Amino acid sequence: MSLLALYVRDVRLAWAAGGGGPVGVIFYLAVTAVAPFAVGPDLPLLTRIGPALLWIAVLLALLLGLERLFQADQEDGTLDLLRLGDTPLELVVLMKAAAHWTAAALPLLAATPFAALLLNLDGAAILVTLATFLVGTPALALVGAVGAAVAVSLRRAGVLIAILVLPLSVPVVIFGVSAIEAAGAGRAVGPSLALLGAVTLVAAVVAPLAAAAALRESE
Amino acid sequence: MSTTLRTDLVRPSIINPGRFGALVDRYMPFLAALTALAFAVGLYLALWASPEDYQQGATVRIMYVHVPAAWLALFTYMVMASAALGTLVWRHPLADVAGKTAAPIGAVFTAISLASGSIWGKPMWGAWWVWDARLTSMLILLFMYLGLIALWRAIDDPGRAARVTGIATLVGVINIPIIKFSVDWWNTLHQGASVMRFDGPTIHPSMLVPLLVMALAFMLLFATVHLSAMRTELIRRRARTVRLRTARGTR
Amino acid sequence: MVSLKVDCLVVERGGRRVIDGLSFAADPGEAVAVTGPNGVGKSTLLRAVAGLTAVVGGCITLSQWPERRQSAMHLVGHREAIKPQHSLLDNLAFWCRFLAAEPPADGVEATVEAALDAVGLVHLADAPAELLSQGQRRRLALARLLVAPRPLWLLDEPTAGLDTASRARLAGLLARHLDGGGLLLAATHEEIGVPTRALALAA
Repeated sequence: MSLLALYVRDVRLAWAAGGGGPVGVIFYLAVTAVAPFAVGPDLPLLTRIGPALLWIAVLLALLLGLERLFQADQEDGTLDLLRLGDTPLELVVLMKAAAHWTAAALPLLAATPFAALLLNLDGAAILVTLATFLVGTPALALVGAVGAAVAVSLRRAGVLIAILVLPLSVPVVIFGVSAIEAAGAGRAVGPSLALLGAVTLVAAVVAPLAAAAALRESE
Repeated sequence: MSTTLRTDLVRPSIINPGRFGALVDRYMPFLAALTALAFAVGLYLALWASPEDYQQGATVRIMYVHVPAAWLALFTYMVMASAALGTLVWRHPLADVAGKTAAPIGAVFTAISLASGSIWGKPMWGAWWVWDARLTSMLILLFMYLGLIALWRAIDDPGRAARVTGIATLVGVINIPIIKFSVDWWNTLHQGASVMRFDGPTIHPSMLVPLLVMALAFMLLFATVHLSAMRTELIRRRARTVRLRTARGTR
Repeated sequence: MVSLKVDCLVVERGGRRVIDGLSFAADPGEAVAVTGPNGVGKSTLLRAVAGLTAVVGGCITLSQWPERRQSAMHLVGHREAIKPQHSLLDNLAFWCRFLAAEPPADGVEATVEAALDAVGLVHLADAPAELLSQGQRRRLALARLLVAPRPLWLLDEPTAGLDTASRARLAGLLARHLDGGGLLLAATHEEIGVPTRALALAA
């Protein structure tokens, strides 16, 4: 019950006034809309690089909210009390990452069909892209939680978190985009998706341990 | 029935920082001389005594810098990971110092391997950078080093900086094989085998011996630079402690 | 009935030894007032007892408490852990659900309302917490003590910013907690309205 309460609270806070939820979606759509200005309104080209652009936009949009993931709770004393609960801090971290994913990543998935239309993707490509997002974005949220926990007590942590998290996100992007490419080339999507899922599972084990350890050092 | 938290007053002193400083001071000249000797022999073997490649000509000699630098870039990360364990498990102050001072050295080795690899690749590929799998992994490693250095610098309290950065370092260790695998996979999807295939058993002994001597020279260079950086950092920390104590006196 | 025993506690912060070899004990129903000049380590002591600060040496024992040490205690510190976007009711209901070992017998809502009533904030239950004054925020933080039953209360300057009526209310709450066999460890410069044993920290 306590973990569910935490999850509900975090999702509500993210979508309350002043929360980061809606901003992330707008950012995601804006990044997608800017890309054609950079590469030109060449529809076949956009179709080819569209999924990759969407992955980059998702990666950046998910980085946006990370700075406040633990920092908001640390500043107002909530984090101290979360450590006084019956729940191990590792599960608290996992639940907060899940809430971050629900509040930040799930809306991006909902906005993806619209973003995909701007990039001239067809229905099949949109479906595969969504599938890779569904499997891969939890890993991004989890790795991001480690970065957010490590930088929790730092001022201007946002850029530092991005520097720490981006190199660790490389495998997620590689496997995610390669699944989409495989589908486009008529090859099996399974291997890439399976590898992407494996990365997510590893992150689900390692990230809560590391992030909780880092939060215990934060004061 | 009781719950107890018990931490004994163990002052970790397997290696006492003061004695460490004295030892470094005594042996540093020998170590530096040995490093210089190893480089003299290694560079002679690499630049004059080793054969040219039948395809690449003298360009192949870049390998004697590139490959040891890449090895040392990874080795330094492993040193940082061991130091992180020393910090997190044994809370040893010397491990904090070892981890902090290793990061910039590792970043420099990584940068050397990237630069030499790029120079080596230019005549081969006709471009400075072609997203070769090994170089790409090295590039990501460089970003990891820079991120960790930024984290070290961002946290004021040295003990906490060591523990937090130690956690980030260990997460990186788990990730390095995953990143390596994913980049290799990505590379084989997009292009054929790499031009650089000098590692492993295919290398001829006439090239292997100079390579190993150069690797030894790099290793000694690492030891020399790392130990003197640790020595400097220890002195800096002592100065910080004195400053803090003075500040407390005037409170 | 839980009792607290601290033995030879040593705590360091930023390389500086803040608490050096402190020992004391508190029995059920006993209140300990931690006093001393600013910067002497009162808040650090509370955080160390709560397990939030790493301890260099010594022993902190809770006898008769088989669970995790953390779940025996409440901490009300300077930072009140209030989310300004949420109503008072939501703020407290979250802590009730998160901190209580088992759901309260008469429901979360009733428990929370009773707690708000005890600190005199029930009329603001549905207002967003950002409207509260500093003293009201403190009272909301103190109401958290009542939404989950825990035997050891760690209070950091509990009377700061409270008016006379609220101090009297707080004294009543503390007296009831101590009568029920609870423990109290308060860092304070003032009387908190219940008889306390002084634990003076010196620099």
